[in-house]
Amino acid sequence: MNSKSSSTSTRLRYRCIAVGVSAGGMHALSTIIPTLPSSFPIPIVVIQHISPHSDNYTIRYLDSISNIHVKEVDEKEKISPGKVYMAPPDYHVLIEEDETFSLSVEDRINYARPSIDVFFESAAEVYGARLVGIILTGANNDGSKGLKKIKEEGGLVIVQDPNTAEVDGMPRSALETTTADYILSLEEIGPFLVELGQGEKNF
Amino acid sequence: MDYNPNVNDTEILNEWRKENERIELDLLLDAIYQKYNYDFKDYSRAHIKRRLLSRMRIAKLGTLSEMLHKILYERPFFETLLMDLSINVTEMFRDPSFYLTIRKKIIPSLKKNSFIKIWHAGCSSGEEVYSMAILLKEEGILSKTQIYATDFNTMALQKAKAAVYPIDLIKEYTANYQKAGGLNSFADYYTAHYNSVILDPTLKERIVFADHNLVTDGVFGEMNMVLCRNVLIYFTKKLQNRVIKLFLDSLTPAGFLCLGTKETIQFSDYSRHFTIFSEKDKIFQRKPG
Repeated sequence: MNSKSSSTSTRLRYRCIAVGVSAGGMHALSTIIPTLPSSFPIPIVVIQHISPHSDNYTIRYLDSISNIHVKEVDEKEKISPGKVYMAPPDYHVLIEEDETFSLSVEDRINYARPSIDVFFESAAEVYGARLVGIILTGANNDGSKGLKKIKEEGGLVIVQDPNTAEVDGMPRSALETTTADYILSLEEIGPFLVELGQGEKNF
Repeated sequence: MDYNPNVNDTEILNEWRKENERIELDLLLDAIYQKYNYDFKDYSRAHIKRRLLSRMRIAKLGTLSEMLHKILYERPFFETLLMDLSINVTEMFRDPSFYLTIRKKIIPSLKKNSFIKIWHAGCSSGEEVYSMAILLKEEGILSKTQIYATDFNTMALQKAKAAVYPIDLIKEYTANYQKAGGLNSFADYYTAHYNSVILDPTLKERIVFADHNLVTDGVFGEMNMVLCRNVLIYFTKKLQNRVIKLFLDSLTPAGFLCLGTKETIQFSDYSRHFTIFSEKDKIFQRKPG
């Protein structure tokens, strides 16, 4: 492949960033997402544990403080760069081979719907080694299984440093299950992703 | 796939495995269709694959091909799989605001009819059908209503007919009922029996349960309302179109179509035949004519 003639999207190593977050998520997400430029080239999907009855306040707030567009996942929507997709309350999110989203109301998994594991496993099936998985603050062990799967498929695994997490259970559980490629403080994650999006560095 | 110096052998190996899985999945779904006449070919692949791989692990099978053999030769195994492939997660008065909208905005116009027909497609174990029956009873129109409750899963239908539900869910259902504008005490509608509750049997007097597959079966005529909530999300766009056409043909002029919170007809081939009655509650109304 001639790198001069290739577009940004084929030059980039990663095609999707999957983020799992639970308790303490509001602060974590409002630290990371506003650091990203509006044209950030890798689509981001955030699976956050929220109440089944919650409205879209979090999404509206994050969108208002960020350059990049933050929106709720729509059924059958095609994933595209320059967007942060948030899982809808009370639905699991999956991704198809054609990179469109599917939703499901199958049982809660470890009390969670949306479940981080469900999306991580589904995205790992589709993106394989071209997926980045990130586990942030949270109180349970959701995401650990999914992160392990991402690692097995050759994807890049990042865990928030538990010492910088508002609630450290979820990142600790992830680190017990999988060897992370990077353990980063909350403040380091945004700039790290920006660099990843520039595609100039081998990760 | 483009050559990429950063991608190692793991990815090549994984691609090879995934290609096999794609082939195996196609063969398996075709086998189910030929052998048992259930058509899952136009279901969301990610969903189907997740359910199949989960059953594969539980049954300690190595590949989908091994599973295909078991499906063809062991009918009970197929029946277990059928339960896996149909989602039977539902609750009474799921999304209470939806039922409140039905009560406040739709019931008043339905009341003018001398006879009312409602089709609940994909009713699963019946919780939402009985929710509707309770609502209609409180509004005084259950006796002039006929509810058709259908599902392709006959085991789920049997559960629906039995109307027996676990007692530990009652607290949640009671809260939903109240938020949905319930007029009485929810306890009026069930009798506790050990760890279960059995719903008031008079609720099912106006309900007909029937085996119906949205993928392969036809219309139910002259419905004033069709409910099909959180079923279309499992279908491809092509199958969604077929099913929305089925609903359109089943509705009376000005009849209501009620979908799940994240479902819409707006991007289907038939959107022009509907108006949006409630965006938030995903209620659409067939345009007359």
